[in-house]
Amino acid sequence: MTAGLHNTNRSGEPGEVLIRVEHLKKHFGSLEVLRDVSQEIRRGQKVVLLGPSGSGKTTFLRCLNLLEEPTGGKIYFEGQDITAPHVNIDALRSKMCMVFQQFNLFPHLTIRKNITLAPVKLKLQSREEAEANCEKLLKRVGLYDKIDAYPRQLSGGQQQRIAIVRAMAMNPDVMLFDEPTSALDPEMVGEVLSVMEQLALDGMTMVVVTHEIGFAREVADHVVFMDGGVIVEQGTAAEVLDRPQMQRTQDFLRKVLK
Amino acid sequence: MASWLNDLSAQFKLNFIDKDRWRLLLNGLGNTLLISLFAVLIGILIAVVVALVRTTWSNNASRMRPGFRKGLLHFFDRLCGLYITVIRGTPTVIQLMIMYYIVFASSSDGVMIAIVAFGINSGAYVAEIIRGGILSIEKGQMEAGRSLGLNYAQTMLYIIAPQVLKNVLPALANEFIVLIKETSIAGYVAVPDLTYAGNRIRGITYSAFMPLIAVALIYLVIVLVLTRLVGILERRLRQSDGRTS
Repeated sequence: MTAGLHNTNRSGEPGEVLIRVEHLKKHFGSLEVLRDVSQEIRRGQKVVLLGPSGSGKTTFLRCLNLLEEPTGGKIYFEGQDITAPHVNIDALRSKMCMVFQQFNLFPHLTIRKNITLAPVKLKLQSREEAEANCEKLLKRVGLYDKIDAYPRQLSGGQQQRIAIVRAMAMNPDVMLFDEPTSALDPEMVGEVLSVMEQLALDGMTMVVVTHEIGFAREVADHVVFMDGGVIVEQGTAAEVLDRPQMQRTQDFLRKVLK
Repeated sequence: MASWLNDLSAQFKLNFIDKDRWRLLLNGLGNTLLISLFAVLIGILIAVVVALVRTTWSNNASRMRPGFRKGLLHFFDRLCGLYITVIRGTPTVIQLMIMYYIVFASSSDGVMIAIVAFGINSGAYVAEIIRGGILSIEKGQMEAGRSLGLNYAQTMLYIIAPQVLKNVLPALANEFIVLIKETSIAGYVAVPDLTYAGNRIRGITYSAFMPLIAVALIYLVIVLVLTRLVGILERRLRQSDGRTS
């Protein structure tokens, strides 16, 4: 495992509940985006969230690290209620890193700085450790030669791979992916998905919002289909993708797979 | 032609050489630079605070829980809004005279009062430039910083501020150029700045051409030097655009 992308140096049994969401609700004004969503995510699990746009899947993901503040319900991360007042959300976020649709690399910093800034500033790693870790991770994703480049000099696929490395460099307990391939040119989707597949093989806990059904089939051990702010159907990839029970799931899959 | 040249050199001698009148200009130039430099520094200081208060409020108001901190931030946001409204809504020369004749009526240090007045004035304009600069940064940058565990202040400092600086530099340089020239009204409160010196020579020698053109040229040179310096800084900050490497 030491050769893997992800340093599994944290305590915790595989299979224990890492994130527990209870009756999560989120309104934007009068718009109800999430209505009573409950879900457990276990350590090592790869959960893929599917659903049409506006189904609430991205909002659900963004509630997990409180980029959106829930209107109601509770979220427990490693046993701690993170929706309680006066929780140190910054410390929690450093353990559940996010990869965004638009990459959101820091354009004024080199790739090296993009990756090492947070671990060093947060004193999680010494500069030497962070640099060594950064170089190792970049070699793994085949972008070591870009270490002193700026984001704008990279293609979209390369930028997203760097964004994944930036999140991995924090040694997080879980990684959240918000439609990581949706903003990419088609020929660049594969390189990003293969990094994510590698990450999954290394045992990283992943929650992925995506439209890539193929990825869900390959990697997910739990697929959740959302629509209208609720979970319509969930189960293994085979259950949800191949033998969907609900009409809405069937309609969605028919459109996506067409 | 020769008589015209003779006339010109006689004028030059009369306005600048006789009784060492060039010293008046030099002294005035010193005051202009002194006032501009410190007013810019005060202005930036005020502007950063005001812009941070206003953007912090508008970014976070909707998600802050009601309480003392939210009330305090709201109060300061309103205060900053009032400051900008008043400063932008009244002429600089009036602000300067209010400072000199009312606020600091007991002080006779005109240069100090001018520094404060121009600093407060410039702060309002620069605050809006910086606020616009912060708003122009994509929301994803703040989210990316926060999602890595950096707090609001750290994200502002390491992620947002450097990008803002690069974006606002041209507007900021423009504002400083305006400020340097605006200090030419310091004479209203008897501060012997560059303009005041030129005008004084004109009053003594009864010739307008030489002193006024000289003063204009000196301002022009200051602005050109400043423009050059900003250009160099801008090029260095543009490195990450991938255009120079």
